[in-house]
Amino acid sequence: MIRRLPRASDRTRGGRAARRSGASGPLVRLLALVLASLLWAAPAYAQEDSDRGDLRGLVQALAEGGYGDKADAAAALAATGDERVRPILEALADRSLAVRESDGLVVIEADLDDDGVGVVDPVTGETLAVLEDDDGLDTIRTNAGLRRELDAIIGSLSLRSEDPETRLAAARLVFDEADEDALPAVEAALAEEDDEDVRAALEKARAAILLESGDTDAQLRAIEVLAGYTDPEVRSRLTALVARAGAGDEEPTAEEEAVATAAEDAAAAIESRLEVWRMVASLYQGISLGSVLLLAAIGLAITFGVMGVINMAHGEMVMLGAYTTFVVQEVFRSAFPGLFDWSLAVAVPAAFLVSGMVGIAIERGVIRYLYGRPLETLLATWGISLVLQQTVRTIFGPTNRQVGTPSWMQGAFETTAGITLTYNRFYIILFALAVLFALMLVLHRSALGLQMRAVTQNRRMAKAMGIRTDRVDALTFGLGSGVAGAAGVALSQIDNVSPNLGQAYIIDSFLVVVFGGVGNLWGTFAGAMTLGVVNKFLEPYAGAVLGKIVVLVAIILFIQKRPRGLFALKGRAAEG
Amino acid sequence: MGVAASLGRRPWLAPGPGGWALIAIVGAAAVLIPALNLMVPPGSAFHVPTYMVSLMGKYLCFALLALSVDLVWGYCGILSLGHGAFFGLGGYAMGMYLMRQIGDRGVYGDPVLPDFMVFLDWERLPWYWLGFDNFAFAMLMVLAVPGALALVFGWLAFRSRVTGVYLSIITQAMTFALMLAFFRNDMGFGGNNGLTDFKDILGFDIQARGTRAALFSASALALIAGFLVCRFMVTSKYGRVLTALRDSEARARFLGYRVERYQLLAFVVSAMLAGLAGALYVPQVGIINPGEFSPANSIEIIVWVAVGGRGTLYGAALGGVLVNYAKTYFTGAMPELWLFMLGGLFIATTLFLPKGIVGAVMPLIDGVRARLGGGGGRRARSDTAREPGGGPAAVAEPAREPGE
Repeated sequence: MIRRLPRASDRTRGGRAARRSGASGPLVRLLALVLASLLWAAPAYAQEDSDRGDLRGLVQALAEGGYGDKADAAAALAATGDERVRPILEALADRSLAVRESDGLVVIEADLDDDGVGVVDPVTGETLAVLEDDDGLDTIRTNAGLRRELDAIIGSLSLRSEDPETRLAAARLVFDEADEDALPAVEAALAEEDDEDVRAALEKARAAILLESGDTDAQLRAIEVLAGYTDPEVRSRLTALVARAGAGDEEPTAEEEAVATAAEDAAAAIESRLEVWRMVASLYQGISLGSVLLLAAIGLAITFGVMGVINMAHGEMVMLGAYTTFVVQEVFRSAFPGLFDWSLAVAVPAAFLVSGMVGIAIERGVIRYLYGRPLETLLATWGISLVLQQTVRTIFGPTNRQVGTPSWMQGAFETTAGITLTYNRFYIILFALAVLFALMLVLHRSALGLQMRAVTQNRRMAKAMGIRTDRVDALTFGLGSGVAGAAGVALSQIDNVSPNLGQAYIIDSFLVVVFGGVGNLWGTFAGAMTLGVVNKFLEPYAGAVLGKIVVLVAIILFIQKRPRGLFALKGRAAEG
Repeated sequence: MGVAASLGRRPWLAPGPGGWALIAIVGAAAVLIPALNLMVPPGSAFHVPTYMVSLMGKYLCFALLALSVDLVWGYCGILSLGHGAFFGLGGYAMGMYLMRQIGDRGVYGDPVLPDFMVFLDWERLPWYWLGFDNFAFAMLMVLAVPGALALVFGWLAFRSRVTGVYLSIITQAMTFALMLAFFRNDMGFGGNNGLTDFKDILGFDIQARGTRAALFSASALALIAGFLVCRFMVTSKYGRVLTALRDSEARARFLGYRVERYQLLAFVVSAMLAGLAGALYVPQVGIINPGEFSPANSIEIIVWVAVGGRGTLYGAALGGVLVNYAKTYFTGAMPELWLFMLGGLFIATTLFLPKGIVGAVMPLIDGVRARLGGGGGRRARSDTAREPGGGPAAVAEPAREPGE
């Protein structure tokens, strides 16, 4: 269960990185290049010839001299404030700016996929020629240092882009670089900016730049601004400043001392707020893990907790639910692709029915002959689980099956503190609670629930009162299995759908039920949530695997202390 | 005579007809198979190839493991779903000795550190590896480590009267926790890959035919010795109490027996036998990895015992060999069918063969003997009658599920 969360966070971390570098990502650059070459073609012609000549000269300079000269040429280009500069510099950073060998003209290579290479004049935007390949074009070489400078220059150019997303990304890039040279660009952009988010990002970026300036007044003002952010990056900026102030050989002046103290205080304030956020995130992840455990265990709370059947095939009921989801989605994909977002709404009842039916078949075929012999039941159901696994493996193959996520479950809520809370986890928490309450209703408010409880409490008396205990047994087992199947729909969203899916949950499920107290749904709920939250709070200290081992050992010891679980049934029900 | 026998006047070590058969067959195998391997030329029809010797040695280790489970499950009512853990620990203790024997012949040529530690940049041997270059110490650990774990675990569990299903579940959690732990690289047991690439045992090349034959004979002797130890335990007065508390723990407790002590002794001895089985298993298969701790493995042991016949000891050994032979055959011939077979075996045994093969076959043999009018028949029948409550199926587990 622990394995899954890191995976989810990896995904979001990767996503965030991709977004951050979006402005300079190759694809975006290429798009910008194509768009720009289309858009500014018209105004470019309207410009003065002399102006065009200047630009031409500066562009030609990009092809000359060493990397340092090229960087200077790029800075000079940026200083013109010409709109055409950005695509040119992006092309250079992207290694698609080249010198045409025939006449020495600097041109942009536009990759036209199958149609060859387009040669575009960077100044006019005209397509001069279309070549079959890039023979005759000498690509202008760059190195890492030059590309870094280009990124910074492009970043400050991007601050004036039309697209707020690009501006936001550029502002973040400026914050990351905190290059003093970018300050004028940031302030100019700030004066014009009217998008709230971008303004905030720009102000943060300006503060970060001022923080690096030697001017103590500016630094103090910057610290004041930065102290308001709950952001690990801001904090590390501030602590780095404090470290630098302490590391210098010279005795710091009073002003510098004041700056260092202010930075230290601000960092501490941010850190304490971050701590709160981390707690919130751990809690969320813990509840999320707890609800996964709850889903996995809740069917077992019926079959094991209420009926006393050690159903080792319980995990396979979950797996069947997950595979039902897969089948339902395949049907949706081929028959009603437009309604794919609704597939889970169909999958839940379908999975409930499939697993429930299989459960009833198992109860009628095997388990009913083994009542009162729990250990034999354990063995027989283990055998059933092997057969079910192998059946699924034979039908669907041994590899993982891809289950899609509806669009409304995708995405994540991202806090400024750098913590992501994914929506699918949120929906799973809701679903787990919904299943819990639905089961409570069935057990306590329906005729079947009443009969179930009667049969569990006193089978012979229930029979004497006219309850068909056989039927109640079958339906109870079917209900538990069906709930496990419905849980499989939810788990298919966060776990690999493979024939081994069930095995991963079976031990956890049993521990949750035993820990919570057998025969008590609230106990299962409390057990699942406790284990989930404890697991997640241990993880930062002990690591995922060790944390899990600690939890397992703790449960083993706990069961010694309270063999009947957290919420043991008392009185007659406990004696059976 | 039957009554007298059941009162315990018979000599303690009387193995019973099934037991005699086991001792005779395994004893004969211990001599014959190495002889047929080493002395008969490879071309001959009677030659036993070396791989077969190791394979059969492996089966005997499994038989010993099944025996150890039968001691606690068949005679004590403790369904341990964690015996793979004791087997694995014994195997790791042996594996550590074998790793130390590699010396500087590893890939990295470090005289002390095993390859995986060099690979992980470890400076020196962790303290718990010390002493494992000594065979006697390693063998002591083969018994002591599983024994100690069983002692602590059992003491905690039996003292607080965790029984039946709950015990099964926490033993399963125990082996699962150990599996996770041994998968970790920084545990210092080779992580995922476990311990392998062994070279020598006691100075003999582990791949040599002679060593393999000797390991086979050692496994056979260990099985016989294990059987006699278990048999001694269950036929002694101690064993009667064990059976009594299995059939009704509460009653035995009210009669004044310290139930947890009886259970604990059986559990610890059983764990040690499982550890011994693991130690003999490792040099014959040449590897030990954390997969041995997987809960599924431990559950599989239970089916060996159930198929052979629970509560008979020799039946468990028979089941261990038979099921594993079937596994080797079917995973080779029809791999996709094996899990169906194994699953079906679990279901069919519990539903149709509650006493296992022994339970199904022994009455037939008894019947034949009775018809022949031999005294041995009566004796044999009294023997089966003496078995726990007339056979495992009659032993209703104290079904104390809340809600039952």
